[in-house]
Amino acid sequence: MVLLAIGSSTLSVTAALTGVVLVAAALIIAGLLAPRSFTQKKGETYECGIPTRGDSMAQFHVGYYLFAILFLMFDVETVFLFPWAKVTRALGPAALPAAGTFLFILILGLAYAWKKGALRWK
Amino acid sequence: MFDFSVVTGWIDNFLTNTCGMAPWLTTTIECVLVAVCLLLMYTVLAMFYIMYERWVCAWFQCRRGPLRVGPWGLFQIFADVIKMLIKEVITLWGTDKFLHKLAPYFVIVASMLVFACLPWGKGLQAIDFNVGIFFMMAASSLGVVGILLAGWSSNSKYTLIGAMRSGAQMISYELSIGLAMLTIVCLAGTMSVNGLVEAQSDTWFIFKGHVPAFIAFVIYVIAATAETNRGPFDLPEAEHELTAGYHTEYSGIHFGFFYLAEYLNLFIVSGIAALLFLGGWQPLHVIGWDGFNAAMDYIPSSLWFLGKAIFVSFIIIWFKWSFPRVRIDQMLALEWRYLMPIGLVNLVVMAVLVSYKLYFGN
Repeated sequence: MVLLAIGSSTLSVTAALTGVVLVAAALIIAGLLAPRSFTQKKGETYECGIPTRGDSMAQFHVGYYLFAILFLMFDVETVFLFPWAKVTRALGPAALPAAGTFLFILILGLAYAWKKGALRWK
Repeated sequence: MFDFSVVTGWIDNFLTNTCGMAPWLTTTIECVLVAVCLLLMYTVLAMFYIMYERWVCAWFQCRRGPLRVGPWGLFQIFADVIKMLIKEVITLWGTDKFLHKLAPYFVIVASMLVFACLPWGKGLQAIDFNVGIFFMMAASSLGVVGILLAGWSSNSKYTLIGAMRSGAQMISYELSIGLAMLTIVCLAGTMSVNGLVEAQSDTWFIFKGHVPAFIAFVIYVIAATAETNRGPFDLPEAEHELTAGYHTEYSGIHFGFFYLAEYLNLFIVSGIAALLFLGGWQPLHVIGWDGFNAAMDYIPSSLWFLGKAIFVSFIIIWFKWSFPRVRIDQMLALEWRYLMPIGLVNLVVMAVLVSYKLYFGN
């Protein structure tokens, strides 16, 4: 907390534990309140109501993978940009060419992916 | 304006000096207090948001909305919660049981971590990292893991397709959110949440940063709508194609966690929009209007924050009833061919603006 003398790391662990406690407590309450029964049909995959056919952990479109790779690239670039963004104010106009070059290369990468057709869903 | 750090400081002082407790005991008690407050706020806000969405949706569709349970349908949400609690949590054949049970934890913990970072009012904020806004972005991306786990472990084709769509959508739009945040970090020169709010004490960033800040706001709101899987970007749970998307095979309270996190994420993205662009808990100040500014200072800071967040949520709910659902290729094209290049150019413009000190205020 801003005023309490507890570190932010301790508090973020507290927040994460709060989330875990919320889920666990609700599951325990539901376990006490909810009825339990067992039938053969109940355990079947619902999907859309009719019995499923074939293996469910099936192959899926490779396009998702392509976008995940693109995301990975640009997300790492974003991580690099954060420290620069924080000090832009302090650095002033002198730092613009360097940052501009970096951003230009970044935009060039996007343009290349675009040209190659990586941004088109096929 | 009332400063909540008076209250927290008093509790801290009471525990250490009046009760004479050891530091580790004080820390433990304060952590428990913070956890209880977070839990209460989390559940109360989720309940409010479920009702709020129903009312707004009903209003847009000229319906009357929930009406039967209690006055103005106020108790509908309690009925829903009890219904979810007394339903059986079914474990299906063929699911990956461990991952199936793990997925809700990821989704809830991710939203709880971001939730704890929000500035609730003056001096009323749980986590304040010096890299706060970056931490929020990192923590919120944990939610994608939960959704992918839920879809994969459910042993159903629809959940798998839903999770893949959701994953592609959330990671894509996260870039735009990151760029919008970068634009504002550029303008503010700080990443700490408290610092960002303090920097807006004269004018909000959306007014301070000329056109680039406004463009960043628009990009942020569009990306936030996609990030929370809400209409028109609700193709991960397109009900006529995929039944319910990634949480089709969850029942009872297990489904309830995804439902809860979805509404809380709506509040969280609105809260971040309020924090980054609309001044957090800062009241509306117009440079030069001293009387007006003094009057605005009388409204409590928490009300300002909640009001702004609820306003942004209203816009996001409005989208759902104004635009038809997009296809996956349109969704990806919007992000990668429009929002992303615009965001990058916008960032450059903002950097030039900040370097030459062309923004309003100080």
